[in-house]
Order: sequence, then C-alpha cells, then structure tokens
Amino acid sequence: MSKLKGLAAGALALAALSTASAAEAETRVGLLLPYAGVYAALGEEIDAGFQLALEEAGMTEEFAIVREDTEVKPPVGLAKARKLVLEDEVDVIVGLVSSGVLGAVRDFVDGAQVPLIVANAGNDDATGSRCSKYITRVSFSNGQVNRPMGQWMYDQGIRKVYTLAPDYAAGRQMVGAFAEAFRQAGGEIVGEDFTPFRKTQDFGPYLTKAKAAGPDAIFVFYAGGEAISFVKQYDSFGIKADIPLYGSGFLTSPLYVNAEGPAAEGVVTALHYVPTIDTPENRAFVEAFRARTDRAPSEYAVQGYDAGRALIEAVKSGADSREALASALAKVTYTGPRGPVKIDPATNNIVQNIYVYETIKGDGGLTQKIVGTVEAVADAPNGCKL
Amino acid sequence: MLADPSTWIVQGLNGLQLSMLLFLLSVGLTVIFGLLHFVNLAHGALYALGAYAGVSAVWMLGSYWAAFVLAPAAVALAGTVLYLGLIRRMRRSGPMNQVLVTFGLIFVFLDIFRIVWGDIALGIDAPAFLSGPVEVLGVAYPAYRLFIIALGAAVMAGLGLVLSRTQIGAMIRAGVDNDRMAACLGLNVERIFFVVFCVGCALAGLAGVVAAPVFSVTPDMGTQILIPTLIVVVIGGLGSLKGAVAGSLIVGFTQTFGAVLAPQLAAVAVYALLAGILIFRPAGLFPARG
Repeated sequence: MSKLKGLAAGALALAALSTASAAEAETRVGLLLPYAGVYAALGEEIDAGFQLALEEAGMTEEFAIVREDTEVKPPVGLAKARKLVLEDEVDVIVGLVSSGVLGAVRDFVDGAQVPLIVANAGNDDATGSRCSKYITRVSFSNGQVNRPMGQWMYDQGIRKVYTLAPDYAAGRQMVGAFAEAFRQAGGEIVGEDFTPFRKTQDFGPYLTKAKAAGPDAIFVFYAGGEAISFVKQYDSFGIKADIPLYGSGFLTSPLYVNAEGPAAEGVVTALHYVPTIDTPENRAFVEAFRARTDRAPSEYAVQGYDAGRALIEAVKSGADSREALASALAKVTYTGPRGPVKIDPATNNIVQNIYVYETIKGDGGLTQKIVGTVEAVADAPNGCKL
Repeated sequence: MLADPSTWIVQGLNGLQLSMLLFLLSVGLTVIFGLLHFVNLAHGALYALGAYAGVSAVWMLGSYWAAFVLAPAAVALAGTVLYLGLIRRMRRSGPMNQVLVTFGLIFVFLDIFRIVWGDIALGIDAPAFLSGPVEVLGVAYPAYRLFIIALGAAVMAGLGLVLSRTQIGAMIRAGVDNDRMAACLGLNVERIFFVVFCVGCALAGLAGVVAAPVFSVTPDMGTQILIPTLIVVVIGGLGSLKGAVAGSLIVGFTQTFGAVLAPQLAAVAVYALLAGILIFRPAGLFPARG
C-alpha cells in the first residue's frame, strides 16, 4: 500500500511538472479500453461513440488521445493506467469495460488524483462504498438498470418470478437489485440460479428447472454470447408460450439481437438507452452513428459518446487541470441521446431515465418498442461519502 | 417440483444431448491421440472453425444443410493443411513440444476468427422443421436437440462398426496397438494416420456446425469446450472409442444433473470426478492399451 502511495506522490510531482510545461490548449486523454479479447467489440463501440462526440463538437484538435488495451485483465488494466498517468501524463482517463479492471485501478486513480470517466463498468461499489471524487460514471450501475423493473413488473400483474444470471459480481448485483425491488413491491421470487460464468453454454438444465417451478415470468441478466445462447434456448424449449421472459436490457442489446433472431421477439427488458428513443437529440445521434458505422448505435456507443460529451462540457467550463476536471465533471448536465442526464453529487454516478422495451419485428429486422419509461433514476448512496 | 417425472425426462434428454456433443468432439481427439500419440490442443479451435464455416455457409447459400455438409469438409481441409505443414513434423518431437505448438495454434485461430468474422457473437437458425419443441415420452422437447442426440448415436454406431468390423478398422486398431509392428506387416501407417487425423478434424467441424444453432458462435467457443473434452478423454481412457462413449456420457450427465441438483457445485463437480478417476484408474476407464 505504501508503494502505491509513493507512486501516487510521484505521479503528482510529474503531473505538476507536466502541466506547467505542456501546451494549455490541449487536454491529454487516455482511452483505457479492451481492444482485444472477448470484450473487444464493446471497446470499439465505446471508442467510436467517443470519437463521434469530439467530431460533433468540432473539438478533435483540442484533445490528444492515447489508447491502451486493458485486455480485460485487472493487472494489465492497472499497469496501463499507471503508464497513462506516469508516462503519457494524461489529464483524464476514459473507459473501462470490466468491473474487475475498474476495481483494480480504483485506488490508483483515487490516490494519483486523476479524473476517471467510467464508460461501462457497472459495479455498484464504484459509486457506492468505494466511490471517489475522481471517479465519474456516465454509463450505468448494475442496480440502477434493474431496480425499476421490480415495481414495473409487479404493476403488470406479475407475482411470481424465477431469476437466472451468471455467477459473478455483476450477475449477482443485477439480479439482486431487481429481486429486492420486486419483493418490496409485494412479489415473490420462487427460485433462482446462478450459472457458472463463461463456462455455461447449455442452459437447458436451468430452463427446465425454472419451468418446473411454475413462475409467472422469468427475469435474467445475460450479455454477449451467453445472451444469444440463452434467448435461443429459451425459445426452443417452448417456454415462451407459457412464461414470458424479462431481463436487463443487455439481454436483447441491438449489438446481439440479430443473432438471436425470432427467438427474441416479445422479450421485455430494461436499459438506459435504446436506439428507438423518439427525441430530436437521439434521432440526430442515430443518424450520425449510422453514417459512421452503418448500423444502429448500441448502449455502449452512447456511453462512449456521453463520456466524450461530459469531458467536452467540463473542458468548456474552463477546467484545465486534473483537479478542476474532476470537480467540473461532477457538475455536468445536458440532454443527450438517452434523455436528460446529470451526475449525482452524492455518488458521482449518472442520473438517467430507464427505458422498458419490447423487442419486436420491424421493417429492417428486429427493433425496440419502448413500453415504459422510469424517469431520473438515481442510486442511493450505499455508503458513499464524497 | 423435483417430484415431477416429466422434469426428470427432460433433464435426462439434456444430459444425453450434451454427452453426444462432447462425444463428437472427444472421439476425434482421443483417436488422434491413441494413434498418432499426438496431443492436439487446437482441437477445440477446429470445433469453433466448424461453427464459423457453418455461419459463412448459411450466409452465402442460405441453407442449414449446406452448412451441415460444407463445414466438416472445410475443417477437414484445414486439418490437411495443418497435418502437412506442421503435425507431420511434430509427430516425433515429444509431448511437451506438441502441447506448446498446438497451444500456440489456439491463439492463432482465435485471431483468425476475430479478423475474419469479427468480435460480435454470431448465430444461425436451426432448419425450420427442427425448430421448436416436439412431444417425446410425454414431454415437450426441442426437436433440434433430439436431432443432436440422434446424430451422435449414429456417429457412435458408425464408428463402432468401422473400427470393429472392417479392414480399415483392423488396420487402425493395429496401428494404435503397435505402430512399428503394423508397419513391419506392410501397412502404410503414415497414410492411416493422415486419414484418421482428417476424420477427427471433420468430426470436430461437425460438432461445431451442429452446436451453432443452439449456442452462440464466439471466437473463444473452442477454448470453452476444450476442457470438458479433455476431461472426457482422460476419464474414458486414451485412444478408445469405448472410452470416448463412456467419458462423454459421464461428463454430460454430471454437468447436467450437477447444474440441477447442486448449482453451487456444478462448476467443480466434473473436476472432482476427474480427480476421483485419476486416483483409482489412472489410465482412465477404458484405455486402448490395457
């Protein structure tokens, strides 16, 4: 620990030296994302959104960007964060897809007093018990995305739910937040399973067990490849006709829904962004993103975009040092593609709308129909003292 | 809930379906090992290659059955290239070198998948008449999963017949038992090896394309399935068909029922089983060389 403090002190000294000599006009940004490995697609998506924000503001010249690959490994992420701060002398770090990597770099950025804009990693603790005035999250927290579904599903007349999620921190937090809210509303969780993370391809045994428990609905959190397997297998067992599927919106993310095909039709999930939000801000964003990548933006793209947007707003407000950026980021507020957003001063987590949406068949493939909006969802501080 | 017999029937079918998929993968791996004394850790990558080749075939030709035929052929072709370019040279170089080289191959394949097919998980649809559930033994069960069970049983029976009743089977068995003596008797052991290697690769490709409509197709799907497959081979015993059958049934059912009865232990149940077998039968249940 003392070693870390030493490093942090060194970083501070270096930072003081560098800010004195570096050109004032340029803000140095470290993009710390997975560019290889299982989450590379998410890294690319966030990067594309971030670039779009800078281009849209016409401010690509004002930012010098250094990209580093976390490889989704916590030790690698920490080493790269150190490199960005000590060697590249960045003013701000943007990125982090995995909560594990966020956990690994948390103490370093806090000690080195480098502002970090989290563009994905949803671990509740990062803006809860382990929050920091240098960590601002513009993506979501695991609880924030899922808690509103507890009341919403109860209001639809659902009383008994079976839950499933992969057995790791995010899986437990996502389903845990839903279950707590659903129980508080008056519902009953009739069974739950946590499947071995990244070792489960066959959900048949779990689906059979869930069906046998006779719930009104199934609520799950799965993402990426697991989401595709799960939705397809759920459909193939013929459970769809009797027991509807609900979940966190990552289950039917625009990034994966086409691989799920017709099996995803009728699945109802909740998320902080879907490309079909009908506002002028979002229509412009979708059009710009389509022009760039030839497909609809996913929630990851919008998180990258908002990370860029928040940074621009902070710089425009006159912040030119690490300390000033950190405090300016916490005051950012605007209406973007996902609706009105602001940073909660109590936790530094984003406050945003959560959209409940159904995946339906549209003109050009599967699309998202918004069936409910829960406005300005904020997390309780959960032990955060800023 | 657990007293309901129909649930147990479905879970039994789930176990059988997983076993058959593991069988298709492990039989190629174990026979290649038994015959060539070659540890091919890239076998899982060939399975993923089969799935990706299947995805491409569906994109281009629009038919699952075209993929079903073309994917194993494409993987066999890749196997041929591997054999001629690498494996023939590595055959006598000892297990450590083989493990290192084929382990490296896994990463080469991973990057090829990412470059050619991208990072985003893909999927294909089961043929129309096999999608959706059908009634079997009084319960509804996905038709496509029954197809996997039937296919695995057919391959099992076919291989059993070829190995025990035909001349090529006798030659293979002779090669597994003692390759030098077989060569002295005038068998072209090299050519037998080559054919067996390609058939093993084709079976991995078949497993890949068959798995694609059920599971998602991701670059690391091969690495995920490799460990259960190796466990099947170790439990069953190296080099024998009987071992592959027994091993895949044991692992398939342990994983399925472990998930149902003790989900907390499901991840470790198979390893515990492996440890138990290694203590009491270090050579596996049915090793080719007793």
